[in-house]
Amino acid sequence: MSDAPALLSVRGVTLAFGPKVIQHDLSFTVRRGSIFAVMGGSGCGKSTVLKSMIGLLRPAAGSILVDAEDYWAATEVRRTEIGRRFGVLFQSGALWSAMSVGENVALPLRMFTKLNEAAIQRLVRLKLGLVGMENAIDQLPSELSGGMRKRAGLARALALDPDVLFFDEPSAGLDPITSSRLDDLILQLRDGLGATIVIVSHELPSLFAIADDGVFLDAGTKTAIAHGSPAWLRDNCPDPQVEAFMRRERLVEKAG
Amino acid sequence: MRTPPSPAASDRAPAWQVHGSERGAVLVVTGNWIAQSGRVPVFPADGLASVPARNTLGFDSADLGRWDSGLIAFLWDAERAAVAAGLKVDTTALPGSARKLLGLLPDRVAEPKPAARRRFRPLAWVGGGTIDLLNEIGALSTLLAMTAAGGALALTGRARMRAVDLLGNLRDAGPSALAIVSTVNFLIGAILAFVGAVQLRKFAADIYVADLVGLALVREMAAVMTAIIMAGRTGGAYAARIATMQGNEEIDALQVIGIPVSDYLVLPSILALVFTMPFLYLYGCLVGMLGGFVVSFAMLNITGPGYLNETLKAVPLDQFAFGFVKSIAFAILIGVTSCQIGLKAGRSAADVGLAATRAVVTGIVGVIALDAIFAVLADAAGL
Repeated sequence: MSDAPALLSVRGVTLAFGPKVIQHDLSFTVRRGSIFAVMGGSGCGKSTVLKSMIGLLRPAAGSILVDAEDYWAATEVRRTEIGRRFGVLFQSGALWSAMSVGENVALPLRMFTKLNEAAIQRLVRLKLGLVGMENAIDQLPSELSGGMRKRAGLARALALDPDVLFFDEPSAGLDPITSSRLDDLILQLRDGLGATIVIVSHELPSLFAIADDGVFLDAGTKTAIAHGSPAWLRDNCPDPQVEAFMRRERLVEKAG
Repeated sequence: MRTPPSPAASDRAPAWQVHGSERGAVLVVTGNWIAQSGRVPVFPADGLASVPARNTLGFDSADLGRWDSGLIAFLWDAERAAVAAGLKVDTTALPGSARKLLGLLPDRVAEPKPAARRRFRPLAWVGGGTIDLLNEIGALSTLLAMTAAGGALALTGRARMRAVDLLGNLRDAGPSALAIVSTVNFLIGAILAFVGAVQLRKFAADIYVADLVGLALVREMAAVMTAIIMAGRTGGAYAARIATMQGNEEIDALQVIGIPVSDYLVLPSILALVFTMPFLYLYGCLVGMLGGFVVSFAMLNITGPGYLNETLKAVPLDQFAFGFVKSIAFAILIGVTSCQIGLKAGRSAADVGLAATRAVVTGIVGVIALDAIFAVLADAAGL
């Protein structure tokens, strides 16, 4: 796995809202087929990093390469084309509330493919079946629970058979059992679809269970302070702050 | 998505065949199965009818090219057809990743839920509609009563309302509305004068244009037009704001903390309209009369002092009081209905739009209906 080619590489990226710098000189590489975790405490800019990777926020400096192509240097049309290889699961599902669950999944297929209605319906049923939501096809998002909304959002993210799946806090707001089921689902989908997965999260159980690579962002120095899989960081990282985070300990000043 | 096992497999259309064997049937899939190519076939529901039950359906994917969810959709159809035909399914010959995805899918056709049918039952509709209407009136009165109670508390200085909210609402409902109120009332006055001038000129009764414009504006037009503007401008904004707060659970948070929604949200909204609308009405009357004078001056042989004198003679002060009271009633109506519509809106983005639309429509229709009631009452009271 470790010699798999790079799919996404972030090179010296600085992210800022106006004069306020969120993260600077950020570099990391996501290899094809890996489950990559963007870790860090609350407010360190994890979700902002995700936004710049999925095309919602232009970095103030640096470049993001998708298959060696500079994403932000490309024209807007080309960016949309690249973006079609991405599937994004937003924090609370972000389902379009005026449409049924089935319509939510069907919309990307209607917009970006020339498939006929019957083929679209088959694919919608398949994607909803994969996340165990086939029965909810005619329901409205407001009728679903938080976990179901996330799974429906995942089905929508899968609609166009993406190469890369981005998850923003997949376990946020879910109970431990639903959360671990979602983890299993993510693993099975990765193995089944061969997709690369980027996860933004601070939920340790889920990070240890699924991620095999990652980067740790620090809110204080505003850049990455460690690279590696969550389990490796827990056992081997020399940085006391990362170790404390991974072991859920409070950072104590060592006496002497 | 996947690299083909052999170069020969690329660029081939997806194809399938069912071969019978001694232990059962084997489904052979070949070629490239890409969902977005639009070439992926559908497995027919009776595709396995010729295979005797209790046999096994196996798979052969040795000559399979590239594939994505298009293949999975096809295999899922085949699997469900096999289960329906009483066959066992053996997926060991499929690629491991395809087996994992198939494993996630249920192997039976989901029973579609029967859709609720809408029968023709006019009596039930009338009854339901009446109950809804009564509920609505009850909810409106309750909200009005609670707001009035909050207003009474405010008089004693114990209201749970923030002065800054009231000031913000006053600014939105008052000064910011001046431009549109001026424009509309000026034009209404001008139109009234124009219509009057054309008719009255025939009787050489030019100067009575001032009476017509003055009375029409003060008794009806200025109050109604201003109220319609405020229903569209402010009522819609109130409903949308409260409906959005509903969607963000902000209303729930207020209730949990124990801040009454009627005091905190509804009272400043209604007070802002009640304070500003009567003055907007008076202002609208003056601007309307100016509009009427401009047209009269241009079309007829009328002087400024003459027009002013005739207007003062035609419109006694108690007519202004009548319009003033009407404006307050319109303000309460618009404030209460738009807040109530916002409060009972759903929680989705579409519901916010619906709430704003309903608030504007209800406000405009309500204002005109209430004005009709006032006209009847005024006639009965001889005003």
